[in-house]
Amino acid sequence: MAVQKLPIARAINESLRTALENDPKVLIMGEDVGKLGGVFRVTDGLQKDFGEDRVIDTPLAESGIVGTAIGLALRGYRPVVEIQFDGFVFPAYDQIVTQLAKMHARALGKIKMPVVVRIPYGGGIGAVEHHSESPEALFAHVAGLKVVSPSNSADAYWMMQQAIQSDDPVIFFEPKRRYWDKGEVDKEAFPELSASLEQGRSRSALLHKAAVAREGSDLTLVAYGPMVKVCLEAAAAAEEEGKSLEVLDLRSMSPIDFDAVQASVEKTGRLVVVHEAPVFLGTGAEIAARITERCFYHLEAPVLRVGGYHAPYPPARLEEEYLPGLDRVLDAVDRSLAY
Amino acid sequence: MTVESTAARKPRRSSTGGSKRAGAKKAAPQKSTEPELVQLLTPEGKRVKSAKTAEYEAYVADITAEELRGLYRDMVLTRRFDAEATALQRQGELGLWASLLGQEAAQIGSGRATRDDDYVFPTYREHGVAWCRGVDPTNLLGMFRGVNNGGWDPNSNNFHLYTIVIGSQTLHATGYAMGVAKDGADSAVIAYFGDGASSQGDVAESFTFSAVYNAPVVFFCQNNQWAISEPTEKQTRVPLYQRAQGYGFPGVRVDGNDVLAVLAVTKWALERARDGEGPALIEAFTYRMGAHTTSDDPSKYRSDDERVAWEAKDPILRLRAYLESEGHANESFFSELDDESEALGKRVREVVRAMPDPDLMAIFENAYADGHALVDEERAQFAAYQASFADAPAAGEVK
Repeated sequence: MAVQKLPIARAINESLRTALENDPKVLIMGEDVGKLGGVFRVTDGLQKDFGEDRVIDTPLAESGIVGTAIGLALRGYRPVVEIQFDGFVFPAYDQIVTQLAKMHARALGKIKMPVVVRIPYGGGIGAVEHHSESPEALFAHVAGLKVVSPSNSADAYWMMQQAIQSDDPVIFFEPKRRYWDKGEVDKEAFPELSASLEQGRSRSALLHKAAVAREGSDLTLVAYGPMVKVCLEAAAAAEEEGKSLEVLDLRSMSPIDFDAVQASVEKTGRLVVVHEAPVFLGTGAEIAARITERCFYHLEAPVLRVGGYHAPYPPARLEEEYLPGLDRVLDAVDRSLAY
Repeated sequence: MTVESTAARKPRRSSTGGSKRAGAKKAAPQKSTEPELVQLLTPEGKRVKSAKTAEYEAYVADITAEELRGLYRDMVLTRRFDAEATALQRQGELGLWASLLGQEAAQIGSGRATRDDDYVFPTYREHGVAWCRGVDPTNLLGMFRGVNNGGWDPNSNNFHLYTIVIGSQTLHATGYAMGVAKDGADSAVIAYFGDGASSQGDVAESFTFSAVYNAPVVFFCQNNQWAISEPTEKQTRVPLYQRAQGYGFPGVRVDGNDVLAVLAVTKWALERARDGEGPALIEAFTYRMGAHTTSDDPSKYRSDDERVAWEAKDPILRLRAYLESEGHANESFFSELDDESEALGKRVREVVRAMPDPDLMAIFENAYADGHALVDEERAQFAAYQASFADAPAAGEVK
């Protein structure tokens, strides 16, 4: 019974349930998170089992949700707040950037801000505007925040466990179009986590450690969240053409596990970074700059990026062309290999 | 920390009924220059009582001469500290100072109404409240000197860090109060903000959240008439205390230059919060006698006549007049207080001038609680860069 096959949404639900059971200070807050269980049902059944005092339906005011979560954290609680959709986070952006991120430093370390902000993000579900965005770089740019995104069910479960245990605020981006993808979750053990703890790393270390999703030797694809699946498909397609692609699941956009990217690039000599967010000043831009510094003599080609364009997220009928898909990733792979 | 009142408890209003005063108002805008105030001590220093203020007056009915002298001492020392900080800014020892001149009664009256276990969320001007909470005044000066961005432990005195982005802290106070209620504690929380901040969305959201969750929080608005150069008329069409009515909790306007009235009204509001009756809004009607900060020049936007008119309502002079007329304080009390004031000024001056710059590596300290690989990498790069200079100080040495 230890290993279950769960969709990502359910894995997060189970993880929240575990946290609520283990720590009476953990709270769930957000719009429609109670009876409805959230618009994606990620918090389904939690209010019924843990009560309205711990699973809290809030007024429809994102700044108020994050601002009161900060106050609750000051009182010793560990709030996990839900922002209903990526494009709705901006009313809370001031509280996140100006208050949540800086409070620990302003108090010279004397107070902590263990707040998790869950944000379903990304496109591909045919939604109306403001429901398909990928604003992770806007948060990764802010010192004091940690920014992560799981790509599969096991990571979703365990990364949420670690995010809630983190004494730093964590922006937890959930790949909404993968919510229903199933994967195996062992709620009793996660070998990578055990190894990490044995090596004396902090209890949130795994959260920020990239994982090799597929080994390869000719080129490294770096992705996170919803794009990991696309990159794995691209690697499978490339294999049929005799190309061996390594896929690195970044997991964390702040901090970024540059050591893992470096190790892979030193092996393959080529790097393509893939994300839904616009490429301009995005996660890929930072990786390209750092890896160029670290691996200049190993690179056989410039680091290439595949992602969104510098335009508002398009209407749903166009999003399949806007979002990086198999062909756009393989196009970049071909261009890199052609150097 | 509190000035204890032995007054019997009065029946409470319904938490959703709003105040009678607020509820009875007609729609016609009230000119903010003619406020209807809860006042217990006139500008001339006379105790006044009326049926309308009896509910609040009960909280200070039995205040002792010693307690009154204590309030006076708090206000005088706070003003002296504030004047010293302004002087230190002029001397180049501080980068900036936000003076509380004129707002001593609003801050001391409300600060002395709090209990040790209550929690205070200030703006950046609550030096008098910090004084009441037992925060060493020199701790407030670090951020204005530029050696830190806050620096004190909020939990030592239940006095949160100064918040510069206006209004943000009202949500923190509300969340904290929600936590107090969850814990089943009978503490209360008080959130300070100003007339300018009343226009912020966060203040509106804090009113909504606190009302919906019946959080034990008191919103204490010091309406000092000016948000830098903008008069209150640029923020609101109705008197600010009336805003509470729309959220379903009481709002009261108190004479913010009357320390006794502020003490009474704040005790009333904190007590009903502790009793589970939810939030209340206090509008302390006062005046910023000085500039917004040392960078401001009020002569560009307001008249001297206005300041002169408000000086006649000075919070310290009126309490002194009362103490003298009642024989509650003698000449030696006032002269000893003068000496204490000068000693405080001297101590503040010495501490500030001796305040060292932080160690260079403090840039990276406390960015994260659990560490961050990029911060570690950049810290090492920065240290190596600094050490590359011939005259580099040894690690840990203060420059």
